[in-house]
Amino acid sequence: MNECRFIAASGMLGIGVPEDSLRKALETKPHFVAADAGTTDAGPFALGKGVCAFPREAILRDMTILLRNTVPAKIPLLIGSVGTGGADVHVDWFMEIVREVAAAEGLHLRVAEIRSEQSKDFLRQKFREGRIRALDPAPHFDESTIERSVRIVGMMGVEPLQAALETGVDLVVAGRCSDPALFAAMPIMMGLPHGLAWHAGKVVECGASVCEKPSHGMIVGYVRPDEVVIQPIGPGLRCTPQTVAAHSLYENADPFFFTEASGVLDISGTTYEQMEDEISVRMRGSRFRPADQITIKLEGAELVGYQSILIGGVRDPFILGEFDAWLGRVQQRVRESVEKVFGRSLEALNARIDYHAYGLNGVMGNLEADRSHIPHEVGLVVEATASDQKTATALVQLTRQPLLHQPTTKWKGSITGFACLHNPSHIERGPVYTFNVNHVVLPDSPVSMFRTTFTSIEGAAHAIV
Amino acid sequence: MQLSDLAAMVRSKNAGPFVLTFDILFSDEESYLRVKRSGALNVEMFAKLYHTAPSKVRFFECDKALALKFSIPHPTTQGALGSADLHGGQQFIPLLAVQIP
Repeated sequence: MNECRFIAASGMLGIGVPEDSLRKALETKPHFVAADAGTTDAGPFALGKGVCAFPREAILRDMTILLRNTVPAKIPLLIGSVGTGGADVHVDWFMEIVREVAAAEGLHLRVAEIRSEQSKDFLRQKFREGRIRALDPAPHFDESTIERSVRIVGMMGVEPLQAALETGVDLVVAGRCSDPALFAAMPIMMGLPHGLAWHAGKVVECGASVCEKPSHGMIVGYVRPDEVVIQPIGPGLRCTPQTVAAHSLYENADPFFFTEASGVLDISGTTYEQMEDEISVRMRGSRFRPADQITIKLEGAELVGYQSILIGGVRDPFILGEFDAWLGRVQQRVRESVEKVFGRSLEALNARIDYHAYGLNGVMGNLEADRSHIPHEVGLVVEATASDQKTATALVQLTRQPLLHQPTTKWKGSITGFACLHNPSHIERGPVYTFNVNHVVLPDSPVSMFRTTFTSIEGAAHAIV
Repeated sequence: MQLSDLAAMVRSKNAGPFVLTFDILFSDEESYLRVKRSGALNVEMFAKLYHTAPSKVRFFECDKALALKFSIPHPTTQGALGSADLHGGQQFIPLLAVQIP
């Protein structure tokens, strides 16, 4: 029987690959091992600043465990969306880690690096050709968006991964990549049904979080001509038809239809059954409808400014009893003070100051429905954002005196009604970014926006290209 | 009875930077069907709770997963200035107290 077996080694590279579970999973003699290493979930900073949201040490540890088990066994390893953002700078950073592991472990391997960052010239050209389309919802996009972006990446589907796998590499280091594509690429190459291959990928992309009580472990997937089996490997791990069906909801807007570069996965007719081992689940009936036009999703980040913050708290029950009015007076004093010092309003400075009142509505802002209690303490984070760090810091410094000494209706005379956590009371947070693109490119082919290079790494302390 | 008494899990999360999604999961079919058939969770009540237009709310009934699901355009965009929930994980709270007849 034609069967593709694979290991989903981790829901997110860097959170810890358990080596005992990996060794056990490798006994199934998988055709490949894969793990996703990127996300937008960590926020726009990773893509904007060009850094990874996980510590280098954590990635190094997981890659050491993976490579020393897969390379000697000649099992290809695919890592997608490396370095969190999947831009070129992240691929370079990741390859340094791969070289370090290879040197330390004495491994010889062939690596395919697939880059997914898009040049501004290419994007401008596609925009002028009308071949960039908005998803829903999407921010405004035009040529100035392209100019303002620090980086824009395209999300690859299975095709660039398949082209790399066909050459027999030991490791695929992919820039921004669809998570399920990492797992669908090989079964589709082996002639197995696209719907089952994509659905298998969708279920395992977050690793063991598809289990009843997610904990350390991993998932082995079996893609066959008429079914997929999802088998958890790790102490106490169990999948049920409900946990597998419910996983398709997680972090997806639509629980039944998933748009990928080359088409739409439709799981509305999928059936789920518990296997005899009581921990594995069989899925049948997932369909894939190929699209007439390939669409490559873009992700971009732009700098919105520099930030400085101040953290403190209020404990005085008489301030807390009239907190909204008190904070309103503080904000008014701050605005007056900014105008005196800078000769311009906050708006004219193209700056803003946000106040987060933890204990009142810090988490939910204006969506907070429960303001029924007067808390005994409120934590306040004041955030100043400006076009340069110096101004942001000056602005947040100007909030301290109004916060300290804003009177309350109860007390006569001068008060100090705000407890600063730090000295200096402000913290410089550096640059802040925002996601600015939710669009797709209509490319010439599914591989035309991605660039693959092959590298041989020798296990000594030097690399041979 | 309120929703949190019947659901095994109520959660919110970003679905990409521009969409916020809410999952209501049940551990048994009886509780799922009770909430589903009550009609207490619907597009209009959700729109009111989250200060958005009913036309922006998507509502799904997932029988095999024993789950109900809402998705809306992200109220702020993930990580936007002034926003305070980078992962969108704490925005489900207003759903907990929805009364289920």
